[in-house]
Amino acid sequence: MSVVSAENTDTLGGSPSPGNPPRRRREKQGRLAFWLLLPAAVAVFGVIIYPIIRTLFISFFEVTSALATDTPFVGIDNYVHVLTSASFWDSMGRTLYFTIVSTALELTFGLIVAGLLNAKLKARWLFRAIVVIPWAIPTIVNAAMWKGIFNAQYGSLNALLTQLGIIDEYQAWLGDPTTALNMVILADVWKTTPLVAFFLLAGLTSIPPELYEAAKLDRARWPRIFRSVVLPMLVPSISIVLVLRTVEAFKVFDIIYAMTRGGPANGTQTVAYYAYTTAFSDQNFGVGSALSYIIVVVILALSAIYLRLLRRSEMSLL
Amino acid sequence: MASVTPQRVLITTPLRWIPDEFDFSRYSQIFTGGSDSVGATFRAAMVNSAVVAVGTVSISMVVGILGAYAFARLRFRFRRATLMVFLATYMLPQIALLIPLYLILNSLNLLDTTTGLILVDCALVIPFVLWILSNYFMTIPEELEEAARIDGTTRLGALYWVVLPAARPGIFAAIMFSFLLAWDEFMYALIFTSSDAAKTLPVAISEFAGRYTTDFGLVAAGGILAALPPLVVAIVFQRFVVSGMAAGAVKG
Repeated sequence: MSVVSAENTDTLGGSPSPGNPPRRRREKQGRLAFWLLLPAAVAVFGVIIYPIIRTLFISFFEVTSALATDTPFVGIDNYVHVLTSASFWDSMGRTLYFTIVSTALELTFGLIVAGLLNAKLKARWLFRAIVVIPWAIPTIVNAAMWKGIFNAQYGSLNALLTQLGIIDEYQAWLGDPTTALNMVILADVWKTTPLVAFFLLAGLTSIPPELYEAAKLDRARWPRIFRSVVLPMLVPSISIVLVLRTVEAFKVFDIIYAMTRGGPANGTQTVAYYAYTTAFSDQNFGVGSALSYIIVVVILALSAIYLRLLRRSEMSLL
Repeated sequence: MASVTPQRVLITTPLRWIPDEFDFSRYSQIFTGGSDSVGATFRAAMVNSAVVAVGTVSISMVVGILGAYAFARLRFRFRRATLMVFLATYMLPQIALLIPLYLILNSLNLLDTTTGLILVDCALVIPFVLWILSNYFMTIPEELEEAARIDGTTRLGALYWVVLPAARPGIFAAIMFSFLLAWDEFMYALIFTSSDAAKTLPVAISEFAGRYTTDFGLVAAGGILAALPPLVVAIVFQRFVVSGMAAGAVKG
């Protein structure tokens, strides 16, 4: 929300009556706002405040079991341990690769799908209903489905490619670390593109038709209209999608868990999954907590960069 | 497709795309299997998922509507900052909260209960609802409300009688988002549930997929059933999403 609309709220909000100065009205509004927001604040922060602090606390101790009684203070050793371990940087690299590739693909396909959805077709509602399907299918089901498609012996991808004569023999799609990561990205893109498309479609529908008409009068061709009219108008939607998808992709866990469990040879192990195995499989809660704090810091940094860029383009997320 | 193909056809090479006969036995296995069978686990998970999703959506919507109204209409100090803090919680990876939450739920005896899951899921969903709804509420002309207020209605009355009916697309969009989020939630459910008492569908299916690696058809049947409720919700509500977000996301 922009500052402008906030000021509007101020002048319009409440019913001004004589003898009721704005200052007091504002105080009254503040009190009402407090009570209205209290339930939401309790429900959200009641759940997360203590765990945030507790996790930060744990990250400075050596905790090697859920019920450990002997937990020596180790200062920043856990952080040092993480930041100097090769497997952390490997998983970080994979996460960045996953984040960048999947977000880029989702934006590209999302833009195409949104353009198609926005076209004035007869059966538009049917088309929209079909597009929404991959997004509605739960991540775990989606992952199981793609796992079946990529199956080395019975998967339909092998069958299709063989029958079309593209490959000679069956491939183990999830058997090679690099291929597996790309296949997980493919599954994630398939699921999330509809969401991105709907966000962008929301932006497209808000472009006034006069702009297109003006461009057409200037005999602008489609690539030019797209570059000069559509893209600038879509900047707010694109930036929201960018922030949401980057944060989400950086935290990716469930699809990895369901498709590959981080394998083969840790080829699909992202930082969130690495933190999960460190904390829960290796029972190394101190290091696991330090790891999750590092993830938080990276996400905050990324978001800050985005917000800075957005503000520069005079677009505000709120 | 795989869910109705007989096992022997599924594993033939080369793959036959259309099975020569349909085999619905996996669905009957899921629906009628006695206790201690795959079916019983699956049916329990279906109920748990429904309870968790409906509970989470109801609480989040009530709480979210009140909060969003405050953000959209009232002037108060730190309004932007408060909204930012709510939205920033989205950046926390769930993994950072898992261990302490596990201990808290354990000490409250809420581990492996749907109540516990609803509590933690609400914390995930409410910021989203606040964001979508506060943006949508701002697009509703304030004059509508003014008229009602002059007639002596209180702010909450105006919210209920004027703002909510006018905000229907935004509300439906928020319901759809929160339902899909709650139905899809995996990490909390994976760690905080352990039995049929609270295990949700995603957890049950990932266990299926791990245990019955050879019977892909059974996993597919379970997957289709698990996908049905969100699919119905999504297809019914999808036309509101564009209008609900067109106002929200873009003005936002």
